[in-house]
Amino acid sequence: MKAQHAVRLGLRRGWIEFVQSVRSSQDQGFYLFTAFLAVGYLFLGRNTEVDGTDLLFPSVALPSILGALVAFGVVVGPAYALAMEKEDGTLLRHKAVPHGLAGYFTGQLVFQTLSLLPQMVVILLPSFLLFENLMADSSGWLTVAWVLLLGLLAAMPIGMVIGALVPSAQKVGTWGMLPVMVLAGISGIFYPIQQLWGWVQVVAQLFPMYWLGLGMRSAFLPDSAAALELGGSWRTLETVLVLGAWAVVGAVVTPRVLRRMSRRSTGSQVQAAREAAVQWVR
Amino acid sequence: MRYGDNDVLTGVDFDVHTDEVVCLLGPNGAGKTTTIEILEGFRIRSGGQVSVLGQDPAHADEDWRAHTGVVLQSWRDHPRWTPRRLLTLLGDYFEPYSTPGHPRPWDVEDLLETVGLTELADRKLTALSGGQRRRLDVAIGIVGRPELLFLDEPTAGFDPQARREFHRLVHRLVSLEHTTVLLTTHDLDEAEKLADRVLILAGGRIVADDTPDGLAQRVAGAAEVRWSIDGERFVHQTDNPTGFVRDLFAQGGDEVNDLDIRRASLEDAYLSLVQQHEAGHAEAAARSFREVTR
Repeated sequence: MKAQHAVRLGLRRGWIEFVQSVRSSQDQGFYLFTAFLAVGYLFLGRNTEVDGTDLLFPSVALPSILGALVAFGVVVGPAYALAMEKEDGTLLRHKAVPHGLAGYFTGQLVFQTLSLLPQMVVILLPSFLLFENLMADSSGWLTVAWVLLLGLLAAMPIGMVIGALVPSAQKVGTWGMLPVMVLAGISGIFYPIQQLWGWVQVVAQLFPMYWLGLGMRSAFLPDSAAALELGGSWRTLETVLVLGAWAVVGAVVTPRVLRRMSRRSTGSQVQAAREAAVQWVR
Repeated sequence: MRYGDNDVLTGVDFDVHTDEVVCLLGPNGAGKTTTIEILEGFRIRSGGQVSVLGQDPAHADEDWRAHTGVVLQSWRDHPRWTPRRLLTLLGDYFEPYSTPGHPRPWDVEDLLETVGLTELADRKLTALSGGQRRRLDVAIGIVGRPELLFLDEPTAGFDPQARREFHRLVHRLVSLEHTTVLLTTHDLDEAEKLADRVLILAGGRIVADDTPDGLAQRVAGAAEVRWSIDGERFVHQTDNPTGFVRDLFAQGGDEVNDLDIRRASLEDAYLSLVQQHEAGHAEAAARSFREVTR
């Protein structure tokens, strides 16, 4: 009962954080910047036909980019947030109130999930205005919804675990950004995965990002485009299984890691981070 | 308490009674923060027994949290939040623990008024000055109307004006709310102003435990007599300098020169403790301080 009360406060916290984020010029700038890059990339290839299909480049690349952005957002977003907030005292403030951590982590979950909306809107809106034939069949939106949900459950725990384990916020670049960028490079987002060596393809298929991209393509593209994929199929069952497996592992592991992180969080740690932040050279 | 092979707290035994304001005073590195974090339940100790409000803080449940308040040293958390929004949200965690006799949380408007932040209630936290932020920290610490409040170095980095305002705030809290307070500081003056009882921590142990007045009297009892005979210098510690000097003259007569009697003050004793402690002689510092205040 009291824990439920805290979860409700967490929902409120997530919503407040989201509204504050949408109103902040810093975050608006970030959304617009990624949208500019993504739409610009599509625009440059607007007249290119994709080999083996009668589709244009933006149609094929947009779903892949959306998948990658979702993966990137829900891994790097929470990783940064947790790494920062255990250093700056946000976490400790919640540790000091009854059931505060339940509220804090609920808030994170809500905020990170909601943050995907403006991110997607700023890319989808101009794309649908500029390019044609992006969505082959409007029933695809349903697929977008479940791929998004499953992808979220699969990838967000990874971000939270990274955020919990990194020694400082500066290290998120190395332990969070970098692996995700490498994965984006090998997951068939910017070019077909078949162009890579066999073992790289295997590695890419172990992680959620490839399947998020594939799932998005299956939502947007006509069935004939499945010929471009590995095995010539959308492999929907495999998508559900891989993303589902990550989600289950995440649901089991993440609470433990977060509990361990919260147990170790102290005022002296916050103080040390504060001192480290004003120290440029280490 | 032990870090690796290093025992940092070895003899820290004390009780804090209801309604009391107890100050843990000591030089930097004496173990004050470690002690208070163990009591807050933020740090797991390596040994010893601790009971706070009837529970061991290392294993205390969430309900125990509802009765304690912690004033944290904030830094740059919640930059986009306003004092009103943050206080309201954090206060609401205490709502299920409200009873007719002890309503929680504290009404946010009242609380903002009490800490003097009404005018700034809807500003972003990034716009607050250091002193204003610290007043918000205090407000967050007490929003659940705790029976026991922890304050770790509450006025570190304050200018004298902000410090005086802060002391006034603590006094008001104690008289309004009957909160039991445990605070740490390295500033003797602050300890004397705020505390009913002062515990001095040095070298990992408590070297003195008394009211501020009691401490001052204990130290003032001791005096140091210096003199010289034929250019040779002598020093003697005594509780009865007048009697000692009378005897000295009776024995030495005309040869006694350069007579100097120094009454020790608490400030002197504490300053020399800090000096020795910071020079790395924590054990020796603790020992000599105990001798002076015996």
